[in-house]
Amino acid sequence: MAKLMIGPPHYELMLHPLIKKNYGKWLYHEHVKPGVIKHVSETGDVLFTVRAAIPKIVSVDFVRSLCDIADKYCDGYIKFTSRHAAEFLVVNEEKVDELIKELESLGLPVGGTGKSFKPLIHTIGWNHCHTAIVDAPGLAKAISDTLFEYYKRNDLPAKLKIAIACCLNMCGAVHCSDIAIVGIHRTPPTVDDEIVSKFCELPTLVASCPTYAIKPKILPDKRRSVEVTAERCMGCGNCYTVCPGMKIMNPKYDGLAIFVGGKVSNAKSPPMYSRLVIPYLPINPPRFPEVTEAVKKIVDTWIKYAKPDERIGEWIERIGWEKFFKLTGIPFSDKLIDDFIFSVPTFRTTTQFKY
Amino acid sequence: MLHIYYIFLDQSLSNKRSTTIMIVMSEELPETPLLNELEKGPWPGFVQEYKKMARRNELAKRMLKQLELSYKEKITHWKHGGAVTVKGYGAGVIARYSDVPEIGPPSAHTLRVAQPAAWFYSTKYLRNLCDVWEKYGSGLMNLHGSTGDIILLGISTENYQQCFDELTEVGFDLGGSGSDIRSLSCCAGPALCEWSCIDTLDIYHELTKAFQEDIHRPRFPYKFKIKISGCPNDCVAAIARADLSIIGTWKDNIQIDQEAVREYVKSGLDINYIIQNCPTKCMSWDGNELHINDSECTRCMYCINKMPKALRPGKEKGAVLLIGGKATILQTAFLSWVIVPFMKLEKPYTNLIELIRKILDWWDENAKTRERVGELIYRVGMSKFLKAVGLPPVPQMVYKPRNNPYVFWSPEELGGEK
Repeated sequence: MAKLMIGPPHYELMLHPLIKKNYGKWLYHEHVKPGVIKHVSETGDVLFTVRAAIPKIVSVDFVRSLCDIADKYCDGYIKFTSRHAAEFLVVNEEKVDELIKELESLGLPVGGTGKSFKPLIHTIGWNHCHTAIVDAPGLAKAISDTLFEYYKRNDLPAKLKIAIACCLNMCGAVHCSDIAIVGIHRTPPTVDDEIVSKFCELPTLVASCPTYAIKPKILPDKRRSVEVTAERCMGCGNCYTVCPGMKIMNPKYDGLAIFVGGKVSNAKSPPMYSRLVIPYLPINPPRFPEVTEAVKKIVDTWIKYAKPDERIGEWIERIGWEKFFKLTGIPFSDKLIDDFIFSVPTFRTTTQFKY
Repeated sequence: MLHIYYIFLDQSLSNKRSTTIMIVMSEELPETPLLNELEKGPWPGFVQEYKKMARRNELAKRMLKQLELSYKEKITHWKHGGAVTVKGYGAGVIARYSDVPEIGPPSAHTLRVAQPAAWFYSTKYLRNLCDVWEKYGSGLMNLHGSTGDIILLGISTENYQQCFDELTEVGFDLGGSGSDIRSLSCCAGPALCEWSCIDTLDIYHELTKAFQEDIHRPRFPYKFKIKISGCPNDCVAAIARADLSIIGTWKDNIQIDQEAVREYVKSGLDINYIIQNCPTKCMSWDGNELHINDSECTRCMYCINKMPKALRPGKEKGAVLLIGGKATILQTAFLSWVIVPFMKLEKPYTNLIELIRKILDWWDENAKTRERVGELIYRVGMSKFLKAVGLPPVPQMVYKPRNNPYVFWSPEELGGEK
């Protein structure tokens, strides 16, 4: 029998002895070069972290090879970052370059520290999810290839965090990223009466719709189902999450939306939401050229015009949204003006704007 | 080429039943012309990882074939989940069934495994995890999932219970899923970072232990996420991604090492640019010393980030607690908002655990199905929430007071009359 409720292994079992010794005693850190950070403790101890990108989906063979490297260079300890990179903890400075060489030779690029393109965070997509509109791992790979140069540099205006959510459930919580890509529906669900009447709890289904577009209906044979008022549907997909009979997947019309300007750090400006700038792009696997091109354009415009230390959102706040659309050449449209429940505070109630 | 693999499950540490499963498979890989395109380019690719496993694992091979079909048809081939759970729990396994079982795996469930604090590992533990996972599952995984767990991708209905049993033998437990407290996450904190104002790893571990029951047995209206960041840089995005965000901060003055400031200036740092960027304009440089008017400082971390050798958070450390953060579904995205501007967090964190229990009880009693705590507060008002959990209203909770007079006065506030 399993041991229940043991929780995760205690972190003390997982810490490198040098980290244990210097726990809470770190004095400062500095960026040595892209991917390498030097941590200095008040005890005089020094530790280098070397950051390497890894694929989102890895095999046990891959994890074992990470372990082999960690055994060889890091006394058998390794960590992963909140953006899912692997981080190697090196005590001996002389080993850093050797480690980097070995990681690069295995196809694990070192970088992503400081003012760089950070490893993209994203959801699992067609690999393993029933509500995925797009395959985020594939799209992430395509975008990361496109922005690879910026992962290896640390001289961008500020850090660049990109996230992808395969659908509007946004389990990747992309709503506060510098650039966010979200899978969207543009058509209402078609109702499969057979499934709805057999498997779905109708009050929950009706209540799941934020725009009251779903109402009960009685079928000719007296079974109960629902109908959808198409013009009220904004494609959130919440009904499909609670009932598999609400067929909302529509590869012909589903697409991708791009948001920009979010951040979570409090540094300089408070955290900000990302804002919609491109309401629809087609889903074209395996390399998603329309999306990679749009992302590259936004990133390059930001790099060209932003001042040092300006995240994308801070840059746009300074220059104004009208200038953002002008500089990037992205067309503004009615789709970008909020018509959901918190719209009014986003309307401009001043005569102040720029030309 | 055909190979026959015998997997002897009776060698399992936890299950003495003698079971033999025979898997017949070919080492040849399926045709995947679309996915092959994702093997190109400098960023490490995941398709290669599938192929490694697909050569020796039938389930991984079928997952690969199904994924290629999804790339061709631009649609997912996973059906809605269903009830799958290990004995004694109600959470931690996500049911996955293929809608093309003749191509994909008939069942390929996900196991969410709770990660050690801040994702630090000894390779011994990781290797044990890999051995168990290879024995029972697809051999494919995420390090890590969006919420923070180790995600083990793809295990059959026949195997998941034994896999879980053996995972616990090597020290791992499942994480959260469904309407429960989800696995928590925290930043590297004092293990690696001098800015951390709280012991994020210990808080993570102690809260996870304290709420084991609520992580494994869903009983709430919806999910509840807790994330812990050591400083206002918020490296785990607690403010955006957690219903309860715990973010380290300090109350007293920023610690300055004037000699180190001078070193920075000498080595070419444009200190006036940093001063100009300070959001509260509370800094000045007289050519020899940096002055900070700490009573105006909002502790944003910008100057500390720029000069880590010279500036550090103060000594009176604690955390800001914020509530309500969530992604867009359903009532728009929320960033968490302040409910406690400063709380000292010291072991055994009784003050924090008691407050969380009060919040959970109030939410559990009052929320509708699938209503996150932030949405509930939005529906019924902060005033009701604060009274229910016993927190005093303070100006730090708002950017500015309301601009309407529509106030709910209680009979008690009117001397018992209304």
